[in-house]
Order: sequence, then structure tokens, then C-alpha cells
Amino acid sequence: MEAFTTHTGIGVPLRQSNVDTDQIIPAVYLKRITRTGFEDALFAAWRKDESFILNQAPFNAGSVLVAGPDFGTGSSREHAVWALKDYGFKAVLSSRFADIFRGNSGKQGLLAAQVAQDDIELIWKVLENQPGTEVKVDLVSKTVECGNVVAPFEIDDYTRWRLLEGLDDIGLTLQHEEDITAYEATRPSFKPKTLPAKVQ
Amino acid sequence: MGKTLAEKVWDAHIVRKGEGEGANAQPDLLFIDLHLVHEVTSPQAFEGLRLAGRKLRRVDLTIATEDHNTPTLDIDKPIADLTSRTQIETLRANCKEFGVRLHSLGDKEQGIVHVVGPQLGLTQPGMTVVCGDSHTSTHGAFGALAMGIGTSEVEHVMATQTLSLKPFKTMAINVEGTLRPGVTAKDIILAVIAKIGTGGGQGYVLEYRGSAIRSLSMDARMTICNMSIEAGARAGMVAPDQTTYDYMQGRPHAPEGADWDAAVEYWNTLHTDADATFDVEVDLDADTLEPFVTWGTNPGQGVSLSAKVPSPEDFGDENAKAAAERALQYMGLEAGTPMKDIRVDTVFLGSCTNSRIEDLRIAADIIRGRAKDPNVRMLVVPGSARVRLEAEAEGLDKVFKEFGAEWRFAGCSMCLGMNPDQLEPGERCASTSNRNFEGRQGKGGRTHLVSPVVAAATAVRGTLSSPSDLESVSAGTLTGTAV
Repeated sequence: MEAFTTHTGIGVPLRQSNVDTDQIIPAVYLKRITRTGFEDALFAAWRKDESFILNQAPFNAGSVLVAGPDFGTGSSREHAVWALKDYGFKAVLSSRFADIFRGNSGKQGLLAAQVAQDDIELIWKVLENQPGTEVKVDLVSKTVECGNVVAPFEIDDYTRWRLLEGLDDIGLTLQHEEDITAYEATRPSFKPKTLPAKVQ
Repeated sequence: MGKTLAEKVWDAHIVRKGEGEGANAQPDLLFIDLHLVHEVTSPQAFEGLRLAGRKLRRVDLTIATEDHNTPTLDIDKPIADLTSRTQIETLRANCKEFGVRLHSLGDKEQGIVHVVGPQLGLTQPGMTVVCGDSHTSTHGAFGALAMGIGTSEVEHVMATQTLSLKPFKTMAINVEGTLRPGVTAKDIILAVIAKIGTGGGQGYVLEYRGSAIRSLSMDARMTICNMSIEAGARAGMVAPDQTTYDYMQGRPHAPEGADWDAAVEYWNTLHTDADATFDVEVDLDADTLEPFVTWGTNPGQGVSLSAKVPSPEDFGDENAKAAAERALQYMGLEAGTPMKDIRVDTVFLGSCTNSRIEDLRIAADIIRGRAKDPNVRMLVVPGSARVRLEAEAEGLDKVFKEFGAEWRFAGCSMCLGMNPDQLEPGERCASTSNRNFEGRQGKGGRTHLVSPVVAAATAVRGTLSSPSDLESVSAGTLTGTAV
């Protein structure tokens, strides 16, 4: 995973709460078996509407999405994160993220920065009054900057550390393989196994 | 101090405790007892293993099934949609290459992954269960800690049989009292989500407790735990009891002999201790609960069936007001319209929320001897091939067919429309599924989430209805509708 320290890019105000993962990427795009190439799928239904924010310059070149509360609710599809990244987003700001979406973001190097709703409102105003204003997201200092607004954001320390270092999860876990083997030896015999297969 | 059920299951699976305390604590490394796999969220994970030259660590704790893309008609023919077919064929090739047990379309154990695990007896109390699907919370009905995960985590579990997880907060959902006839588990969970909101459970594991929960069957408990994710929760649980054991015993992968006794002894310890405390407690009164339905485009936008479509002005919070305005526009509804006046085009009985045998029985009991509204189409999609066989053995298929419903093969179907079962733009559906998001059941489709009871009564009347709105039929067939 690529390390993340700071990013500065055009902010996109998405004044909407409960942006669920079916909106971020409709199910029809989940049939693909690749991990990249989902940029066309991002907000596919909404992008058919000409007035949608990503159909307007300069927002179509945005890389920091500033959304309402409860972003990423619903399905566990990591495709939602892939689509945001493939489109060019590096960070999403919201006052509340769905747990699975937040987890998926952390695995893929997309920064999910939790910003207080009052600050989101201030950033929205700047972005709407001066379209094209850049947002600076600084993971080192845990702050976002947009115009004259400077606001702190929250992210758990472990995810922050992994993002800053660009660390791969599986590699980290396999450093403790002997602990896994030791645990496996203690599992009770009544725990089920899928193999050999038993059926009715 | 005592522990909650969730904490007990968590503690029993710690491979390696994370360093540090409180908010700065590193995640714990937890062992995963069962990994369920389906075609949509696994191809990129298998590919990741292949690229890194890694093996799948525990194929004996992994099982796959085909569900999201599978057609529910003509299942003996090649899948017409090429991308769907490719995804299914990719799963088959991956399972073969890595040695994973797979129940393919046409197999008697094929079906929705969350229906298949429990019916095979693979889901058991006290286990950790994960799947690349948010409705994995379903398995919590057995007192398992069951969570939906993303594809990176799917790959992580495949490679290590563990997950790094930060401890959750705990929330008790206390449901005391007795449900009235025609009010079911689905109404409980829709009411809970409306009460705490789609983000209310965020960061929490929910434990459903109280006399109303204890009196529910396993199928009904699964309906409740299934929708924990719609309240934003990472998991939902019910402590195991005799109902759980009765369901488990004799299933193909349930323990036998001395193993069964040892298992029950352990399972009996899986309850929240009397002196344990939850971070939050929420109460719901079962006695006064009515059938519950959604009017909007997220599962928290629900009301009693006897209520009216709310007005955006009813919401104090600006975001909720804006969301309501948008939802009413998308749903084509006017504030103040009685919910029971809303006419639907389609009724969908199915999905991992409500497609088990009991759901089909409840619906069949209501429609038996009645006629379907001629303008409504009804799809009945059993959750698994096994449920379909069981229903046919009981003659339920005949009841549905005589009523005029379509009797389909098993799969996720119209819950998310990855297969051909989709709504047309503007089409309105009373659906026993779990999400009423914009376009979820097909582009422009409008979804009202309902229980199987309301689904069946709605198919008779053509408008959102409960059995009490139906004229009685001669044989008194409404018995057995209370769950």
C-alpha cells in the first residue's frame, strides 16, 4: 500500500447524509473480477443527472470528497473504496462513517477523515462560494484546511500509523504466525470443520 | 466484573492481544472459526493470494456458495449474463485451485450464504464467523460473533485465518413483552432501526435480549440479527438457549456424542453475566408494537403500517429533513398519505432476511384460500435449494402457485438485482429484504421493506396491508401468523 502523509486537492461538497454504498457503486458493477478500473462506476446512477456535482467543472477534477453524516452505510463492498480511488479521490471527509467502509478505506489507502459536522458545514460553504478551492488533508497533524477553515479530524491511531507507513496487513499478521499455530492447537474438538463435507 | 456475551466470545478468540490501552490500543488479532465465501467479494482476494504466492491457510474452515448472481429461473441452462457467468466461473476455478468446498448452482446445498451456513449446522454458538458480505450479522442469532468484511479482509482471513480487530462497544436491545398476532421479528428490527437510526449502532455489537426475543424461533432471531448492519452495528447477537440447541441438533455439521455434550456445556456459559454492564441500553415494548414498514430510502425511515407518510417538517435535524425531502421525491410519495393507501406493483418474498422455511410458511398461511390482486406480481425466492425442497415437501409451492405467485429457485435475487430479477424504473415493491436504498432492487425502483406477513397481505390487497385488513376466509387459515 502507498504511504499517505498529506494530500492537497480540489474539494467536492456532497451535501447529503446516508450516502450508502449502493449509491457509491451500484451492484451491477460488482460483477467484475478485477481490482481496478471502477472509475466509471462511481456514483453511476447520480452521474446520469447533469446537475450532479461530479458533472460540473472544476468539481469533476476533485480529489477530496466532503460528505454529510453516515457515509458508506450498507453493503460491505470494498468496490466502493476502489471506485472512489479509481476516480481520483484520496480522502473523504464526513462526521460519521459506516464501520465497514471505514475499515475498507484503511486497507486501500483512502483516508476516511472524521470531521465534526459544524466544520463540514463551514467547508461546504467555502467550496460552494469558491468552487475549485483546494482542501489540504494532513495525516501527520490530523487537520484539514480549506480556505480560512482549519479543522481537526479523527482517525484511530492504528489505521493512521499503517497509512503513514504504507504497511500491508497480511505481512504484519504473518509476523505472528507462531501465535496463530499455538492458538489452533488449543481449539476444542467440537468446533465444526467444513471438510470433509457432510450433507443431509 | 462480569462480561457480556460479545466480550466472552471475543476473549475466547484472541490469538494476540494488541498493545496499549483505551483509545490508543492496537487491535487484537482474533482467530476466525468459519469463513463463508461467495462469488462477488472473493475474486480479487483469491487473486491477491495468487500474486503473493500464498496458500489458503484453513480450507477446512472455509466454505463457498453461489448466490448473488445466480438466476432463479432456468438454472439448468448457462447463465445468460456474460459478466455474471464469468464471476461464477471464476469462483468455481478459484475453489478448485485452492481446495475450497463449493456448493454450486444446481447443488442441493446451494443458496444464500447466510441461509446455507446455519442449515448445515456450521454456524454454532460462541464462534467467530466472517464473510465478505455485510449481512453476516445473521449468524449472531446463534450467539456467534459474526461480521461482514471487505475484500482486503477476505484475503487476510484466507491467508491467516485471523483478523485484526479493535474491540467494540456493547449495546443491549431489550425487547420485553408479547408480540401481537401478525407482528413479527421483522417489525422488531425495523422499529429498532427507526429508533436508533442507521448510524445508531456504529461501533457497537448489539445484543438482543428480553422475553420477546427469547420466545422467537431461530429463523426469526436470524431475521433480527441480519439487519443489525442496517443500524450501522458491526454485529448483532442473541444468547444461545434450548431453542438454539433444538435447532442445531442433528444438523450435518453439528457436534455428536461426547462432542455434543462438551459443546452444550460450553454454550451454556455464553450469556451476559448478571453483573456485566453494557455501554448503552435501548428498550422496545413488544406489547404495543405494530407491523412496521419503510416509506423512505434508508432502513431507518420507517413507521407503523397504520401511520401516514411523514412530512420533512416532522424532522428537527436539517440533514434528516433534507434526506426526507429527497426520499419522498424518489419514492413518489406525498406527506400525509396513509401507508395503507400505497399501491404496489410487485411483492418480493425472499433474501437472507426473510427466505427461510418459517417465512414461507407464514406467508403461505395468509394467502391460502385467497386470491392475489391481479395487478400485483409476486416473486417467492427460497433462501436455499434445501429450503425450496422442504417447502415443496410441505406443499407450499402449490399454495404460492395457486395464488398466482412465481415460485423460483434459490438466491439473493431481487434483494439487490445482480441477477435478472430487478424492478423497472418507477416500479414499487413491498419487499421482505433489508435495504430500501435508491436503485437497490433495480434502477429507479421503489422499495418498501416489510415482513413476510405484510408482504403476503399486500399481495392480496394490492396496497400495503396487514392480515387484519383482509376479509376472513372460511377455513380460519390465519392461525399460526404470530411468530
